[in-house]
Amino acid sequence: MKSSDQKPNEGDSRRDFLKKSSVITAIALTPGVAVKAAENKADERFAELFEKIPLKLTVNNKAYQTMVEPRVTLLDYLREELHLTGTKKGCDHGQCGACTVHVDGQRVNSCLSLAVMNEGKKITTIEGLANGETLHPMQAAFIKHDGFQCGYCTPGQIMSAVACVREGHTGSRAEISEYMSGNICRCGAYPNIVDAIIEVKEGGATV
Amino acid sequence: MINFQYLRTTTAKSAIALLVKDKNAKFLAGGTNLIDLMKRGVTAPEKLIDINHVPLKQIEQIGNKIHIGALASNSAVAEHALIKEKLPLLSWALQAGASAQLRNVATVGGNMMQRTRCGYFYDTEMPCNKRQPGTGCGAMGGFNRMHAIFGTSEKCIAVHPSDMCVALTALDAEVVLANAKGERKMLFKDFHRLAGDTPQLDNNLKANEMIIRLEIPVNNLAKNYHYLKVRDRASYAFALVSVAAAFELNNNKITDIRLAMGGVAHKPWRLTASENFLKGKEATLSNFEQAAQLAMKDAKGFGGNDFKLKLAPNTIIEALNLAKSKV
Repeated sequence: MKSSDQKPNEGDSRRDFLKKSSVITAIALTPGVAVKAAENKADERFAELFEKIPLKLTVNNKAYQTMVEPRVTLLDYLREELHLTGTKKGCDHGQCGACTVHVDGQRVNSCLSLAVMNEGKKITTIEGLANGETLHPMQAAFIKHDGFQCGYCTPGQIMSAVACVREGHTGSRAEISEYMSGNICRCGAYPNIVDAIIEVKEGGATV
Repeated sequence: MINFQYLRTTTAKSAIALLVKDKNAKFLAGGTNLIDLMKRGVTAPEKLIDINHVPLKQIEQIGNKIHIGALASNSAVAEHALIKEKLPLLSWALQAGASAQLRNVATVGGNMMQRTRCGYFYDTEMPCNKRQPGTGCGAMGGFNRMHAIFGTSEKCIAVHPSDMCVALTALDAEVVLANAKGERKMLFKDFHRLAGDTPQLDNNLKANEMIIRLEIPVNNLAKNYHYLKVRDRASYAFALVSVAAAFELNNNKITDIRLAMGGVAHKPWRLTASENFLKGKEATLSNFEQAAQLAMKDAKGFGGNDFKLKLAPNTIIEALNLAKSKV
């Protein structure tokens, strides 16, 4: 059956449908990859292609133990394996900041970090910021100040903004802009994002 | 990304042993350049040796030198009290580079090892002598706005994009390298190479060596200094031209001076002739202008980057002025 023949079952979410159809596509492609690898006498390499290695890490205070291919980025691991899709894939090359998460309290681009490099680390994503139903002060401030339009960069902006306040790089609007420069917003909500950060900083709440 | 074997180690000795066993192995530190290049298919190592757990993160003063471990992060160095107090030029240069997220994982050694590169190096559809020796240079006669004006070769006109390395070149830093048998020291300014006939080589690190630490002499350059980076947007962009300037003033006479540029050559570019000219002279605009003209001897544009022939001397003068007026 071709993947395009797949109809989503009633009750399936769009994401579940996409996942199922991409699994079918992957299976369809596998023999071709195998043939090509054999032709290139890449037997040894081919064997390693599917070799997974153990990984233990904590995400949003929950411990995970899993097997993962070394080439899987932290971003793909969070989104595809743990289904924490709040962290966004923008450029996938460390240029836009949409994938920003905290690793042991420090903001990083999860797209440029291999999952296996994070063995034993504590990861916080946008899903781990709120306290139950109570929004994190930065989330509330982004809503109050209209710190977004389309919202795609917002999880990364918020994770970066929280780190910016924690690091103490909020002395002026210029300093905030400088230290938020790793997060691009195509809608251009920058002034409002700076407003939100200033409010959180001046509110003095623990972030 | 083509898959690879992943190994993790906790000592420099075992890291070097793993490295020499396989010529297609590479060290993995922060990974911010390497993983990006692997995603784009520019490079495909068969083995990555994760050295992030090797204890080389120290930042300390020993005698009259400041030691910085190869695995100290760019942000840890930039924010460290000792660096801010004694080597503020280095702290400034680091803060001018990349973004807060990248600086948190990028290491000192990784910053040095990031590829000298340009858009043609990244685009695997285009010829590039650096990526694939002998295929030609796309930038020569192509889009070369970002490219080199000093020490260029017919094979490659890419520039080393680091800010940190420009400051370290100016500060007379030394690099400690190790192989299985022991350590050797190299002047930082000799670490990176010009393209010449071998543009595929960015630096003089040998295939069996590992960067262990930097040693930077304590100096009297912490008062009058400036790192001026000119770029297409206010932050988070590579330098069109950058200048690290620092000098020691005695009754307005320059007794010691360091000048280096970024964004203009295949390696960080020390301005020795300008330094020699200014040594012993008064810190005046006229002297700064003459020093800037001296720096431009042998500069050459390639069309798209001709504007750098004017931007570079102007940036030198402005950096010296800002260093002088620093309070």
